[in-house]
Amino acid sequence: MPSAAPEVNETRIVTTRLHDRPDDSWTIDGAIASGAYESLRAVLTKGDAADVQEQVKLSGLRGRGGAGFPTATKWSFLPPDSFPRYLVVNADEGEPSTFKDRMLLERDPHQLVEGIAIASYSVQCNVAFVYVRGEFALGYERLTRAIDDARSKGFLGRNILGSGFDCDIVVHRGAGAYICGEETALLESLEGERGMPRIRPPFPAIEGLYAKPTVVNNVETLSTVPHIMRMGGEEYAKLGVNRSTGTRIFSVSGHVNRPGNYEVELGMTFRDLLYGLAGGIRDDRKIKFFIPGGASSQWLTGSDEHLDAPLDMDFVQQTYGVMLGSGAVMVFDETVDPVLVAWRLAKFFAHESCGKCTPCREGTGWIEKVLYRMSHGLGRPEDLDLLISVGGNISPGVSNAPFVQTTICPLGPSAVSCIASIDKFFRAEVLERLRNDAGVHA
Amino acid sequence: MTATESEATGAKKTTVTVTVDGVTFEAEPGELLIKAAQDNGIYIPRFCWHERMKPVGMCRMCLVEVEGGRGFPPACTTPVADGMVAHSQSDAVKQIQDGVLEFLLINHPLDCPVCDRGGECPLQDQTLAFGPGESRFVEEKRHFPKPIPLSELVLLDRERCIQCARCIRFADEIAGDTLIDFIDRGDRMQVLNFEEQPFDSYFSGNTVQICPVGALTATQYRFRARPWDLSTVETSCTTCSVHCRGAVQSSSNRLVRLLAVDSEPVNHGWLCDKGRYGLEWVHSERRVLEPQLREGSGRRQVSWPDALDRAADAIEQAKNLHGAESIAVLGGARGTNEDAFAWAALAKGVIGTDNVDAQLGDGLPADFVLGMERAEIADLDRASAIVVLDQDLRDQVPVLFLRVRRAMFELGVPLVDLAPAAHPLSAHAAVVARTIPGESIAASVHAEITRVTQGRTGPVVVIAGRGNLAASAESVVGAAADLARMHDVLFLSALRRGNVHGALDAGLAPGFLPGRIRLAEGRAWFADSWPNVPEQRGMDAEAILRAAADGKIRVLILLGADLVSDFPDATLARRALDAIDTIIAVDGFDSESTQRAEVFLPSTLWGEKAGTVTNLEGRVQRVGRKVAPEGTAMDDWRIATELALRLGRDFDLATVDEVTDEIARLAPALAGVTAERVKRARDGVVVPVAAHLDEIVLRTGALSLMADDGSGTSWDPIKVEGEVPAEPVDAAEVSAAADAPELHEWDRLKSHPEAPARDAYALRLVVGRSLYDDGRLVSETPLLQRLVPEPALRVHPSDLARIGVDSGGQVKVTSTRGSQVVAVRSDAGVPAGIACMDFSADALGAALLIDAAQPVIDLRVESLR
Amino acid sequence: MSFFDDANLTKAKEILARYPRAKSAILPLAHLAQDQNGWLSPEAMEQIADLTGCTAADVLGTCSFYTMFKRRPCGKLVVSVCTNVTCLVVGGPEVLDHLEERYATEPDVTVEEVECLAACGGAPALQVNYEFHERVSPSSAEEIVESYKSGARRARTVSGAPVA
Ligand SMILES: Cc1cc2nc3c(=O)[nH]c(=O)nc-3n(C[C@H](O)[C@H](O)[C@H](O)COP(=O)(O)O)c2cc1C
Ligand code: SF4
Ligand code: FES
Repeated sequence: MPSAAPEVNETRIVTTRLHDRPDDSWTIDGAIASGAYESLRAVLTKGDAADVQEQVKLSGLRGRGGAGFPTATKWSFLPPDSFPRYLVVNADEGEPSTFKDRMLLERDPHQLVEGIAIASYSVQCNVAFVYVRGEFALGYERLTRAIDDARSKGFLGRNILGSGFDCDIVVHRGAGAYICGEETALLESLEGERGMPRIRPPFPAIEGLYAKPTVVNNVETLSTVPHIMRMGGEEYAKLGVNRSTGTRIFSVSGHVNRPGNYEVELGMTFRDLLYGLAGGIRDDRKIKFFIPGGASSQWLTGSDEHLDAPLDMDFVQQTYGVMLGSGAVMVFDETVDPVLVAWRLAKFFAHESCGKCTPCREGTGWIEKVLYRMSHGLGRPEDLDLLISVGGNISPGVSNAPFVQTTICPLGPSAVSCIASIDKFFRAEVLERLRNDAGVHA
Repeated sequence: MTATESEATGAKKTTVTVTVDGVTFEAEPGELLIKAAQDNGIYIPRFCWHERMKPVGMCRMCLVEVEGGRGFPPACTTPVADGMVAHSQSDAVKQIQDGVLEFLLINHPLDCPVCDRGGECPLQDQTLAFGPGESRFVEEKRHFPKPIPLSELVLLDRERCIQCARCIRFADEIAGDTLIDFIDRGDRMQVLNFEEQPFDSYFSGNTVQICPVGALTATQYRFRARPWDLSTVETSCTTCSVHCRGAVQSSSNRLVRLLAVDSEPVNHGWLCDKGRYGLEWVHSERRVLEPQLREGSGRRQVSWPDALDRAADAIEQAKNLHGAESIAVLGGARGTNEDAFAWAALAKGVIGTDNVDAQLGDGLPADFVLGMERAEIADLDRASAIVVLDQDLRDQVPVLFLRVRRAMFELGVPLVDLAPAAHPLSAHAAVVARTIPGESIAASVHAEITRVTQGRTGPVVVIAGRGNLAASAESVVGAAADLARMHDVLFLSALRRGNVHGALDAGLAPGFLPGRIRLAEGRAWFADSWPNVPEQRGMDAEAILRAAADGKIRVLILLGADLVSDFPDATLARRALDAIDTIIAVDGFDSESTQRAEVFLPSTLWGEKAGTVTNLEGRVQRVGRKVAPEGTAMDDWRIATELALRLGRDFDLATVDEVTDEIARLAPALAGVTAERVKRARDGVVVPVAAHLDEIVLRTGALSLMADDGSGTSWDPIKVEGEVPAEPVDAAEVSAAADAPELHEWDRLKSHPEAPARDAYALRLVVGRSLYDDGRLVSETPLLQRLVPEPALRVHPSDLARIGVDSGGQVKVTSTRGSQVVAVRSDAGVPAGIACMDFSADALGAALLIDAAQPVIDLRVESLR
Repeated sequence: MSFFDDANLTKAKEILARYPRAKSAILPLAHLAQDQNGWLSPEAMEQIADLTGCTAADVLGTCSFYTMFKRRPCGKLVVSVCTNVTCLVVGGPEVLDHLEERYATEPDVTVEEVECLAACGGAPALQVNYEFHERVSPSSAEEIVESYKSGARRARTVSGAPVA
């Protein structure tokens, strides 16, 4: 298979400033010097809140947090005259191998602040909350600093830039719970509760934070908004493919030569991303499998077909049952034992299960224990089918994990994705090994 | 949901058509699928859902398939919609149910043989019903040290817990005692209390009843019995005057457990711990179980005939020498309506004395209680406002407190808090106006009430009680009259004594005859049956004791009354008792008050007797007889008929039902309340029946402790089937005869004296009883005895500073009665100028400060330094 | 008897003022308590309960959900080593094993295994009191921890707040 690096480039929109001004991109001066808050000024001068939502609609922007829900549509769900309403920013980035939001927080907080201010103006929210993952100490510092500086410069607070619009931002630190990235668990956590997802309906747009209408958006999603306003929605929509418009940041990690965040136009192939940008696989090894959209997604292999698939949210889901999710691409070369990776992912989900739903609380732990044995030479031939059966009680049918659920949220079913993938791509290999293990331990 | 919303939904009666598992039925829009299905005979399995609590959709046992919908929604969180077609039995759903059960079992110890829930466990049953066979789980199970106490009353076995959060939700949502919560997460998640703060809730026992497994067990019941050797009878709890419905169970003639029965009008399936666990006193070894006669300084056991003869002689003699009015009867609020009626008949109809009082100076005037416009408990749900007058409801009438809490939090009914000091509901009250005992409520309060009831329908329900034993009842009645004059009010008399309302209705009150009629108006009506009804209105408890102290009372009959610890003014009580020649005690226990008794006639207690009782809303319900009394203890009503015989009158009443029917025949307010009707009416009947006919629901099934799927003792609300009668009862047959006297009406216009103003240095005393008040039931129930609070004087921090003593220190308090040394605690909930103290039987602190002659008690408080 | 010192009590009041509902302040106040005390003691939770108008059981229930809150005393340095999949395949576990062994007997250093730290671009990664260190090896990881011990690097609080 030719691994000659194809000539490809990033398409930088939300990552421009942090690349152009490596030394001061996060400071108010550095940000202003590179055009920060100009979109906000323009929006407020124009004074047309509806136009903001219209532009975002035209841009085709879809959520970058994982679910890929059209952003303008989400905003439009807010009941017309019910106030106060809240914008809540999801900066809890905990999806394994996703590290884009942390970068945006630490290295371009003003871009986010500007995006929040514009979005708040559009949805008529006067207090926005940013839920920052507890472990992001530096990100928390830089964001709070950025907010203070923005306020002192009149970009936040009362009567912003003389427009009569008031908006302030409260930064709330998490404390170590992946599930708080799930939007309703996040709201619970923000209210001082245990981070357990809520039953829907009611949806946050109707009864969210403090039972008030609430929009929850991801850091990257909102960081994109100022640029959409600058470029115009239609212009932004010209980037990308089909319903996957614009650019996205992909966090590439694992056995590639140049792991890191790459902002690319959607529609680029995995091959271009992994070989062209991330520099191919260490020691020119082959890819055994890669996880395209964060730990919750099912897997793809190093086959040409999979490598030539486009970064198109709908295409990959419809064709391969995988998701671009949070934009994390984990690459594993042929030295890696897929069962070991599956076990570690299961361990993650068992550890992070909030415990609310029986199938997730008990099932993820069971799966983890079985996969531990399987990956540590203590497997039994029947274990793989046991996993499929147990997994089926969390995500009926298994093959559509994590999209089919017996649970409240997709965390539990996400632990089944790796089982489905192993069954799909490595069944023979694994069964063979289990028989040997059994032999050894008989 | 706010009351206005509920009216809106209640208003448009349009139902929706739903089909579950092929059965099509009509349901209320917005109703939860699991409930609608259950009401139509389809039981969707569940663990976390409880119909009296908000759904959480945690256990995932109730998932269903809805045609045209995506995924598997939980029936417990899915509202029905018109045309909805759902399946709870499809292969896919069955697979999910098996899966959930298997998940619940992999870490479950399966120690059913040694588990209190064994044989009545939903998890056990559903495993048999739906569950998979042998375990595929070969890994190590989760382990916890077991069991750990959450409180004196409740133990937790974390290995058995299935994390349904029912206990946590009950404590927080229903009781408002957020003392337990989940800690940790995922499969390490466990229920726990905080460090050294136990789960001390008055309602903790409910969590044991609704726990779907054996994770929560009651210290009292633990290992006491197994479900299969229990026998059960339906009853009412008479620990306070709410009369929660219950199912009392015994094993080898010992009461072992009281379970709550879910009665919509009364208790919604809840009990307080005092009622639930206060069974032990019945079996106390201090019970007096044989008749006794005084002999020298002690008493000797005798036969019933001897004892009854002696009692009759004493009565006869006193009557002949000193007139009937020299004989008094106190007590009777502890027994049944039949007990009270028979004693009223004996006193007023045979002996001819009206010196009779079921209240012991700790209630409200019969004139008010029998004559005010009475609300029903359910009126709280539809009230435009609830006014709490002079009560900490949680201590007085606990389950009524839960109902008020629900009305506030769930139905949005505003609370007007006129209590003398802060209580658990104050923080959420719409209006708080602390009423200084003896002073009438501020005019501004009326404006406030008008404000909060703006745009709301329904009556203002005033809950009036005697929360303050150190101020005369007049101050309460005065405030009540004040409210009644200004607003459209209904009253609930939140009196503590179990069957006090039944006793007053039966005529155990001065100036009244059975059925809420005055002596004067009723004499003629009663003439044939009760020849000796006296001319003069008699004395109430306080006046009787005063007269006794002056030597005017020769024979005092105590019906389950311990005056020294029940009457607020212990000094007066002692003086009176010392001055009386002959005390006749009709009781289950000896007490300071009965020690000098000439004759002791042992009577039966709750659980040992059948009959009817009347709660604070005037609802007549049955109590059941579950165990036979040890010894020869007799029902109070039978003792009265025996004495009547000896005094020359044959009541001709052979069974308790005959007494019930006699009451129905004679007592106008209880017309139509026949034994038969009370038995057939599922929720009892509210009197006067004629005014509440349409509320009668006939029982169509017997009490069943089985869950709806026919398994185990119900951890779902225990209900009794019923239906509204096809053809309405004919009003004539439940109305008093045309020539019967008019029912008494309370005169709200009568003015009430103001108490003298308080001088700047004094603190005005407020004495209430805590739930665990060290009364007889508590002191004979070791389990509860331990929970009696340390007596202490609670005052506002500023007063504490003025007195110059630290919280926890000792102070000397002086009233006109005398001085006491008590511990003092700082309490910001007590207004400045007020001093609160618990009334407790063994440490007589408060009782020795109170002078019943004074309208209020002002204290001088000084530090001991 | 206040758990928070005067300065932090003032901060606590500021934090409470941020939210429409006091209970929202539980997490930030618990962080503040750890900044002051090095762990989340029962006394701290009781005062947080008072400040937010919740019960102590409520505060415990919330705080025990989150792994950053240490309900037992822990080291002045909390070393969080990621072993999630990316770090797993490039040496994370080896770093963890080495540090656990190396500091097994040093109560001032608490080594813990954690989930993905969002530093996979520089795996294997760890944090010392929530300060990131990427592309570490067993030996470089040890040097890093030592540099905090010696004061060459100034550590944040155990909740990750900068120390002025
Ligand atoms: C278990 C779980 C974890 C999640 N974690 C995150 C996260 O860390 N960051 C995020 O933005 N969205 C996360 N999401 C998605 C959010 O629920 C939500 O869809 C998203 O924040 C919406 O913002 P967006 O529309 O801008 O993408 C998570 C979802 C689930 C089920
Ligand atoms: S699926 Fe797991 S994480 Fe999600 S709500 Fe249920 S128990 Fe919690
Ligand atoms: S999820 Fe519906 S009963 Fe538990």
